[in-house]
This record gives sequence, C-alpha cells and structure tokens, in this order.
Amino acid sequence: MRRLALIALPYAWLLALFLVPFGIVLKISLSDIALAIPPYTPTLDFSGGWAGLKSFVSQLDFENFVFLTTDDLYWKAYLSSLQIAVIATFLTLLVGYPIAYGMANAPDHWRATLMMLVILPFWTSFLIRVYSWMGILSTEGYLNQLLLWAGLISEPLTILNTPVAVYIGIVYTYLPFMILPIYSALERMDGSLLEAAEDLGCSRLTAFWLVTVPLSKNGIVAGCFLVFIPTIGEFVIPSLLGGSQTLMIGKVLWEEFFNNRDWPVASAVAVVLLLILIVPIILFQRNQQKQQEAEG
Amino acid sequence: MGQTVFEPWNDPDAKPLIQFKGVTKRFGDFTAIDNQTFDIYEREFFALLGPSGCGKTTMMRMLAGFEAPTEGTILLGGQDIAPIPPNKRAVNMMFQSYALFPHLSVWDNIAFGLKRDRMSKDAIAARVEEMLKLTRLTQFARRKPHQISGGQRQRVALARSLAKAPKLLLLDEPLGALDAKLRQATQFELMDIQEKTGTTFVIVTHDQEEAMTVASRVAVMDNGRIVQADTPARIYENPTTTYVADFIGDVTIVTGRATRSGEGYEVRYAEGAAPIYSAFDIDLAEGDTCHIALRPEKVAISAERPEGRRNAVQGKIIDIAYLGNLSTYHVEIAGGRMVKAQTANTRRLSRRDFTWEDTVWLSWTDTAAVLLRE
Repeated sequence: MRRLALIALPYAWLLALFLVPFGIVLKISLSDIALAIPPYTPTLDFSGGWAGLKSFVSQLDFENFVFLTTDDLYWKAYLSSLQIAVIATFLTLLVGYPIAYGMANAPDHWRATLMMLVILPFWTSFLIRVYSWMGILSTEGYLNQLLLWAGLISEPLTILNTPVAVYIGIVYTYLPFMILPIYSALERMDGSLLEAAEDLGCSRLTAFWLVTVPLSKNGIVAGCFLVFIPTIGEFVIPSLLGGSQTLMIGKVLWEEFFNNRDWPVASAVAVVLLLILIVPIILFQRNQQKQQEAEG
Repeated sequence: MGQTVFEPWNDPDAKPLIQFKGVTKRFGDFTAIDNQTFDIYEREFFALLGPSGCGKTTMMRMLAGFEAPTEGTILLGGQDIAPIPPNKRAVNMMFQSYALFPHLSVWDNIAFGLKRDRMSKDAIAARVEEMLKLTRLTQFARRKPHQISGGQRQRVALARSLAKAPKLLLLDEPLGALDAKLRQATQFELMDIQEKTGTTFVIVTHDQEEAMTVASRVAVMDNGRIVQADTPARIYENPTTTYVADFIGDVTIVTGRATRSGEGYEVRYAEGAAPIYSAFDIDLAEGDTCHIALRPEKVAISAERPEGRRNAVQGKIIDIAYLGNLSTYHVEIAGGRMVKAQTANTRRLSRRDFTWEDTVWLSWTDTAAVLLRE
C-alpha cells in the first residue's frame, strides 16, 4: 500500500504536467481553425450531455496532419532541423570533449573551479546570452572589429543571419550539457588503465583511442542526446541568430501559432515533432539504463 | 640430488639481467630511492619487501618506465633503459588494481598487448589460448572483467602481462586484494607459472610471508634503501640489522654490552642478571653495545632449570597468545624485559603445562641468539 502511494506520486506528476497538456495539444491538432477565442472548433462542452460529446468527437479529424504532408515547407523544416541538430551535436562534441578531457586531467584543486566556470553561464538568462551573440557576430560586431584590427580580414564577414551563427549559438548554449556527462565518465576512469595500455605497447595516442574513448562512450552518448534532443525543437537561437535563411521546425511552429494564429496546424506540428523525438529519447534512456547496470 | 642450487648471485661469472647503478629518485625534496646499487639475475623471483612509503613501488615503476631515475642508471641486459619509453620495453607489469580494461572481454584483455605487436591473427589466437590454459581461464574467455571473481581477475591480469613473453615481469602487490586462503593458493600458482615460463619476476609486497614463500631472494627496504637482500632463509636466520630482524617474523630484541668469551660473546643486559651467550659470528670490540635477536620458536620453556644449557633465565608468564597450532608465551625476566617463547601445541589445551603468573625457565642453545650491531 505504501509502495503504491510512493509510485502514485511521480505518476500523478507525470499525468498532470505531461499527459494532460499533451492530450489538450493532441485535441487541438484534431480540431479545425475558427475565428473565435480560442481560435479553433469544436470546444469541449459538457452541458450538451452524451449527444453533445458524441457530436464533439465526430467533429475531430486528421485533416491537419494530412495538410502537413501537402505543403513541402513542413517536411523540409523537419529535415533541416534534423540536419542542423546532427551537425550541431557533432560540433558540440568536437568542442566539448577536449574541454571535458582537460578538466578530468586537471589537478584536483582546479577541478571545482573549472566545473564552476562551465556552469556559470546558466546564471544569466539564456535569452540575454543569445542576444549578446548578436552583438558579437553582427557586421559591426566585436568579432569583426577584432579581425579587422588584427588585419586578418579586410572586409567585415557576414556571420549573423547565416547558418554559421546558428551553429555558433547552439554549440555555445548546449556545451555544458556535452561537457558534464563526458567529464563525469572521464573523471571516474582509473589512471592505471592508461599505464597498463602503455605498458602493453600502446603509444599515448593509441591508448587514448583504445581505452579512454571506449570508456567515455556512455558519457559521449548521453551528452550527444542531451544536445540533440532540445536542438531539434530549438526556436530562440535560429530566430535570433539565423535570420530568414534558417529553416527550423521550432520557428515554423512559432509562426503558425503567433503569426498565422492557426492553432490546430501548429499543434499538429508539435505532435509530429514529439513523435520524432520519442525515438532518440528512448535510445537515451536505454543508454542510461545500460550504464547503470554496468556500474551496479 | 644432483640438482644444482639456483644461486646466480653467488656466481661471480653470472651476468645479471637488471643492474641498478647508484640509482637515486627524488620527488621534489623527498628522496624516494637513495643511491641504490644491486643486481637481479635471470629467472629470479625477486621480492621487494617493506612498509608502505619505503620506495618499493617507485623502484618498480622505474623498471616499468613510468618514472625516470634522478641519478644513476638502470641496465636491462646490459643496456641503459632510461631512453626507452614504457611501450617499447621488454618489461610488463601486473598492476595492483589489475587495471583490466572493463570494456574488453577476458580474451581481448589478454590479446591487447599482442595486437600492438602486429602479430598475425592466428598467432595471437594461439598465444591467448596458451595463456588461458596456463592460468586456467579458458571457460571465462568471453566474459567481461566485472563478470568474474576477484581471483579470476587476478589471473587475467597475470595472463595479460605474461602474454608478450616479457624478459621481466613486475608484480605490484599482486595478491593484495585476495583473501587469505586464496592468496596462499595463488602464491604457489605464481611460483609454478614463474618456473614454467622461466620469466624473471620482481614482486613488490608488504606481506613478509608472501615474500618469503614465493621469492628466491628478498630485498628488505626501509626509507628508500635496501637494508638487506638475501634468500628468505638467510633473511630470517641471519638478519644484518634489528630492522630486518624485527620486520621479518616475530623476535625478541634485548640490548646489552658484549664481552668476548671463547668462540662467541657474552652479553650483559641487566644489572645482576647472568649474561646471555651467543656463538654468532660477528666482530665486536670489548664493551660494544649490541643487540640480541631471539626468535620465539628457538626459546624452550620449562618448569625446572634445564641441564647443560648455558643460556637459561627465570621469569614469570605475563601473557599467553594461543594461535591454535602454537602458543606464544610472553615471559618477564630480570629488569622487566619481555621475552617471547613459542611452543607447538602437540597436546590438547586442557593439558597445558603452564599458565599465567607461573614462574618458568627459558633456555636456548648457544647458536640460537643472533648478535646485531645496529
């Protein structure tokens, strides 16, 4: 009985904060657009009794999902989001791994400070940090000023409002999510394993590939998912840094909701996005579980 | 009979495999190894024995190549090994933590070093099988290290370090993580494998029993120096300092002044007490301070003064340590000194002759006591 009560709590949480809102979004996605408040029809009204409920259900349909397949904007946006997420995750890994490696090999008394520095950006609003990148990357921005001053370029570079700016923004924002799991995997590694590898004939570099990388695999996988999953639906970074050139599904979703006021189509976009994300989320969970089993 | 005794260290023509020549290792201000010169011979099972922090592990890590000597040279087969990095040395090491690769199976762990040598696949497989057979691990080949027991892991570590057929195998506290029973069995297994493969083993341990069991020679270390390096029997019977005598086994040490008497010396240790006589071969001047080291098992205990023994003292039993097969009596003699005497419990406990507070006679032969200068 007590166990049941214990389990009931997280499930109630999940029901109230995830399943119910999702049910509402799903319902809107099956509705039709209407000039009303809220801007869709039908709305659930219990005063009609059983007949009212029946007619409510009969008005729901998959029209909006069919619509998503007719306009190529949507699948192009999904694909482009996937592509950007994959590339950005890879770039974040390239930047994050050496940082995590450096942290794990730093002297003990430095580690806490380095960890602080990685987490520090979270203390400032995410939005403000992305805005500040506009100041750095714009044509008259600090980066161009610096490069011009150093004589490396003669014409200012156009970075803002290009995909490059989006990648910079994503790598910057999600770097801690990549660093922390990799760092925790590397930090736990027994240093004598590398000595053993060297003793058995490995050079430092092969020891790194044959021992360090495989042993930090779980950290790498966890970090990649932690970056990849939120990046697919990312909205703020592409809309602030990417300009009109960057097509991402999060931006499309926002425009459907607020510019078109087409809540049903926007909800359909959101539902499909969730379905796409379920696959990596399940894979991520399995990786976490496997890791726990290996340690247990 | 007819088998020649394995004692290359007594053979002036024997060429040592490893030579330490004036090796010093400092970490900052701390001197871990202090100007050491000694040799290790081929096929030897050499034990470095000492308390933690005595420098034995540093000694081993210098052989493996993880540390470089601050001064002096180390020769392996006549060649200076200082410029050779660890991955190029014909030396392999078995780590205290075993350092098995957790992501690789037992088979792949053993094959790890062989693969680095770019051997053919068949040759690797054959060698791994041979190692698995040697360490009785064939049926566990496909398991991961966390799926086997501690004793099996220890054997995997041994197999992995032996797979490349090194000239020299270093073992860092190889049995430290095993329980007492398994440790004893493994000690004999180690000796067996060492004999079969003919590899030179250098073992680092703080367990004197382990060192005595496995090693052909034991080097007792203290504060970065080898105090004495000799066969287990000589280390036990002929220690050169009280440190060695005290570190190895149980001992009573009594300090006194020596006077020449016939073949040996008489040592006066207390006012009014009869001196102890020892025929031990040592050069002492008249009136020199010296130490008597007396092993408990060489001291007999009796109710009456034994006939014809020059060394006999009377005392009172203060404590009895019952160890099952043996009993150690702590007997207080003149001047409040404690002497340990050991007897084998050949009879049942209820028939024990002596008990607490009994006055007894302790006696030992003329050659039992060892005289030490320091």
